[in-house]
Amino acid sequence: MAIRYWQMAAAAVGFRLVLVLFGGDLHLASRPEVSTPLTSLRRLAEGYWLKQASVSPYSGSMYHGSPLLLSILGPLTNSRPDGHHAHIYCSLIFVAVDFLAAMLIRATGHKLQMARNRSLKSLDLTKAVNDSVNVSAGDVASLIYLWNPWAIVTCVGSCTSPIENLMVVIMIYGACSRLAPLAAFGYVMATHLSLYPAILIVPVILLLGYGPDAPPPKVFLIKGSSASKSDESDNDKTTRQRVVQQFSWKPVLHFIFWLFIWSCHVLLLSSVILKKVGGLHEMFEKTYGFILTVKDLSPNIGVLWYFFAEVFDFFRNFFLIVFNMNIIFVVLPLAIRLKHRPCFLAFVYTAIVAILKSYPSAGDSALYLGLLGLFVNELAEMQFTFFLFFGYIGVSLLSPVMHNLWIWRGTGNANFYFATGLAYTCLQTVLLVESCAHRETRPSSLLPTCQAIYSSVAEPIKS
Amino acid sequence: MAAHSRGHPAMRERGFSPAGTSPYWWIRPCAGPILFLSLLFLFLFTAAAASAAAPEEEKFTEELLLRPLPDRKALAHFHFRSSAPPAASVGRHHHIFPKAISQLVKKYHISELELSFTQGRWNYEQWGGFDPMSTNNAKPPGVELWAVFDLPLSEIDATWKNLTHTLSGLFCASINFLESSTAFSAPRWGFKLNEGNLRYGALPREAVCTENLTPWLKLLPCRDKAGIAFLLYRPSIYKGYYHSQKLKLRSSQSLGIILDQTLTVVLQPNTVSGEQLHSNHGQLQPNWSMRHLFNRKLSGKCLVSKSSRVFIEVDKSIVDNVNKSGSDLSWSNELFVLSNSPDKLIKGQNHVEIQSSFLYVYDASNYTEEKPLDVGITWKLPLVWTCTPSPFHASRFLMGSGNERGSIALSFMSTNLHKQISGSPTDCSIKAVIFQVVPWYVKVYYHSLEIFIDGSRKTVSEVVDKIHVIPSEDKLLPGTLEMLLRFPCSMQSGTLTLDFDKGFLHIDEYPPDANQGFDIPSALVSFPEFSSARSYPEIDPVLGSPLLEYFQEDSVVKSYTEVLLVPLTTPDFSMPYNVITFTCTVLALYFGSLLNALRRRIGEEERELKKTELVSM
Repeated sequence: MAIRYWQMAAAAVGFRLVLVLFGGDLHLASRPEVSTPLTSLRRLAEGYWLKQASVSPYSGSMYHGSPLLLSILGPLTNSRPDGHHAHIYCSLIFVAVDFLAAMLIRATGHKLQMARNRSLKSLDLTKAVNDSVNVSAGDVASLIYLWNPWAIVTCVGSCTSPIENLMVVIMIYGACSRLAPLAAFGYVMATHLSLYPAILIVPVILLLGYGPDAPPPKVFLIKGSSASKSDESDNDKTTRQRVVQQFSWKPVLHFIFWLFIWSCHVLLLSSVILKKVGGLHEMFEKTYGFILTVKDLSPNIGVLWYFFAEVFDFFRNFFLIVFNMNIIFVVLPLAIRLKHRPCFLAFVYTAIVAILKSYPSAGDSALYLGLLGLFVNELAEMQFTFFLFFGYIGVSLLSPVMHNLWIWRGTGNANFYFATGLAYTCLQTVLLVESCAHRETRPSSLLPTCQAIYSSVAEPIKS
Repeated sequence: MAAHSRGHPAMRERGFSPAGTSPYWWIRPCAGPILFLSLLFLFLFTAAAASAAAPEEEKFTEELLLRPLPDRKALAHFHFRSSAPPAASVGRHHHIFPKAISQLVKKYHISELELSFTQGRWNYEQWGGFDPMSTNNAKPPGVELWAVFDLPLSEIDATWKNLTHTLSGLFCASINFLESSTAFSAPRWGFKLNEGNLRYGALPREAVCTENLTPWLKLLPCRDKAGIAFLLYRPSIYKGYYHSQKLKLRSSQSLGIILDQTLTVVLQPNTVSGEQLHSNHGQLQPNWSMRHLFNRKLSGKCLVSKSSRVFIEVDKSIVDNVNKSGSDLSWSNELFVLSNSPDKLIKGQNHVEIQSSFLYVYDASNYTEEKPLDVGITWKLPLVWTCTPSPFHASRFLMGSGNERGSIALSFMSTNLHKQISGSPTDCSIKAVIFQVVPWYVKVYYHSLEIFIDGSRKTVSEVVDKIHVIPSEDKLLPGTLEMLLRFPCSMQSGTLTLDFDKGFLHIDEYPPDANQGFDIPSALVSFPEFSSARSYPEIDPVLGSPLLEYFQEDSVVKSYTEVLLVPLTTPDFSMPYNVITFTCTVLALYFGSLLNALRRRIGEEERELKKTELVSM
């Protein structure tokens, strides 16, 4: 198993390298599915050029990314070795970043599995442990991330989304392994790069507080109550409850402390970089402001660009609020409902962000599909998987065709492309709702667990 | 007395500079502008009253220059100058000078302004690119407006906006579209050296017609009823290949206001014999006279004008040909004959050549209605000649297809002018300044600038001496590019390319004919080392002729490139409601089904639990 995994991972990395080194210029960088105004490396190069000319990189509506990326990736965009496309060094970095992200996803998967085994053991279900888990979810998830065509296209297509994805993965990994500084670093960086991961603070705190995903507390309660019924020992019950669901504040406070430190670091570095050319205020206006007000109406795989290109100016502000609030609205209900599954909650939030963010790209989808792999055992019996799978394939084939018809040939119009965007949003919604509903209504993987508990509960009653 | 009154303005000017000896120079930094101006006006008034000098008179001159062009066309250039002495000496009353203009100058504190309406494109190859005519009067198609204000920098943008509206009303044109901050820019040195008080805007698509000419003529004291303006017969001047109507204002405390109105037209002589139209080497150039060109004859001058002259200019090449043929350059020689004998003959000099052109001068005041002037040229021998071109022929074009991205290319073709002028030194270089304004929806990647000289790629630093970029802001600012290039003299062709992405606009931002595309205004290429100034050594202070004064001014050789038409992708204009409803439906679907999925659990699981419990019991 392990050997096959490493072979596959190496093959994926090798495939990326082949595409980067020998693929020639695939023009992926200008695909609307791949690079958005926020992540485009070409815009970063323009921002770097402006900065070199001692103009603010944010003057002009070209660059909307982080100043840190500007100073790390900027110098690399300048050099152009002969015979290769412009951003080859950056692409090599992105390959490494993707590999690192995949490794972290794998490690996260292992952590989750260990935690799960531990909690099952604590429920005296060693048999279920050995039975139920047959596939290593971490391996599957990291392979999904490595071999996902969208992740590959994003990695090769000169845009900074792999770095954003890596930061989210670092955050989740750090939280799963209860490394508060790492989690805080990932959180601060991810928020700094693209704002939306800010809502992931809820699962991160839950992860740090409760530890990785465990069966619902109800199960423990039932178990506990059955135990209390069977041998009437209050003492035992309380200790078990404490073991399972107590919220430990220490790592959370630790996390908040580190959050503060990293934020200061990032702000300080940004202000140093932007010292002579504009300041932090301009940075916030041009990055977060640009994200929240959907100023760029160039097409992408989402639906908001066309909506804001067509909506009457009078309603623009209203809809801006509505669409941005849409993300916030579901944060709390989901957190309440899924608080015992913080890692799954993180996946759900990532998917929501990918659906509703103002400039979505294939890279965002690659991230949540990779995270989805972590729950492959639990979601094995999800509904509509066939429909979803071919829906995703269909959309990713049709979208470039429609784009080509509209933009390049001039034979189709904007509605064609918008229709694929609508279909894609619907598909994502179905995937999200199904995975949530499935997890919630029929926890199939827990079914044996539950049955075992119920039977153990029922036996003393029967007798 | 006159000398005395002229002395004052000079003193007043010194008053502005802190280094001046005038006792009130300190007023400016501490007092508000209004207070200062009122003080200034008070002073001017008292100074004028005190001097009690006979004020300088308002003057009006009218001139017309006709020139045969190598491609069988004729150029007619009307030049009217009205000048008003410094405001203090005459108060608010004007005799000849248009009141609208003087009010405009005073209200907006304009120190320089130029407004041009142009239809057609100046043909730099055929009609010349190195003479004062092409550098001053070849203008980009549509409307071009620039103004220099004598105001603090913070007030200039607001004043510019008001100015555009005023001019829009004055000239019946949509100059008010230049009000939007996306339409104008503030170049620092690429267009004209300034301290940030210059604003430049262009409307390439503005159509120019007689409705713009009429208000322009209204500024003339005799309108088009008498004098040289009488020749402006609409059907004939709008028939031309190039039509540029310009208004230039200069104002200062010492000069007063000088208003130059010029109209440059390139016409096809309306010759009688049809076969002459077929251009052929062995064939005569078309003969023409005023009547052929304008359908009118000149019957005297406008009575209020100080001088009223008609010039016929013949090019250097023709002069050379005449000299070669051995005859002297009188009005009737071996090659051509003019229909009237001129009152004067003036030799012009270019600053690089010994002799550049000849001017035959006619004084319109010698002619009356009974004896009108109908000056023209009749060719005796077939003649082929060329005009002096600019050092490089600049043209601009678009590359790439599709509506997503593209490149702008600026190409320079050498005309080998430097060889004629300065021999051929091996390592010389020619400077060229490029000034280009790009609307925000053409998102230029300035880092993608690539330069090819004679087909081989050069690094930017090899060629670009100085570059100043104001990048475009979405829906806020146009992009401005000013670049100083240094080309090697031996260069035959050079190309600059810049990549751009096409923007996507909101449905309301598209013009009614969205699918026609959007215009990028002309770029301006100037060659600062070359001056097109002429000098007229034989005549004393240039007869008081504003036209020749203009020709003597030191102006760099410049040429405008083509206007580019960029097609932009359009959304579907017909279905905003559909888009809104579809999008909202999808989002409602997302929100509703997600909440439903979250809500559903409670009941179901409990039911399930109960079921199991029941079963187990």
